Amino acid sequence: MEIDLILKITGLGILVGIIHSLLNKFGKEEYAFIVTVVGLIVAFSMVVSLISKLFENLKVIFRL
Amino acid sequence: MDVIKIVSLGIIATVLIVLLKEIRPEFPMFISLLTGIAIFLMILEELSFVIDSLNTLARRINIEFTYFSTILKIIGMAYIVEFGAQISRDSGQENIAMKIELGGKVLIMFLAIPILLALMEMILKILT
Repeated sequence: MEIDLILKITGLGILVGIIHSLLNKFGKEEYAFIVTVVGLIVAFSMVVSLISKLFENLKVIFRL
Repeated sequence: MDVIKIVSLGIIATVLIVLLKEIRPEFPMFISLLTGIAIFLMILEELSFVIDSLNTLARRINIEFTYFSTILKIIGMAYIVEFGAQISRDSGQENIAMKIELGGKVLIMFLAIPILLALMEMILKILT
């Protein structure tokens, strides 16, 4: 189901936030930025297949 | 009860978004996207049932079939455009949302022109 994907992305966001603030505290801003980018890419790759599924469904239903 | 599922999914997603906005402002967009998709996938069966019954109704009262499919296409395009525009509006990009809506409006106008022309033709036929 989609609800566990939502929870996964929330967990990922919290994790990335914690790592980000930790790295910031240690003075490694560039690594913090990289962590955020990687987290975003992972989250996007989770969502992208669902978006394409939604569009396929819309195409079939509304005969676009 | 599907409606309870949908509402509780919305509430959970809202709580998570409010929570996550404080920590990392980039991630709430994905959650709202996912929630929209999840709710749509839940109502998929019912929606296709409604459209199928409208389809059979349109066949039985002999509306010209192209009109019905055009209206269906316009509804679908309006839904997709609204979906995308709301996502970018939520992320604060009013500009992109306006452009998406403009594109959707132009494409809908393009689809609607045959119906408009048929109407005009009919009016001219009545007048002359």
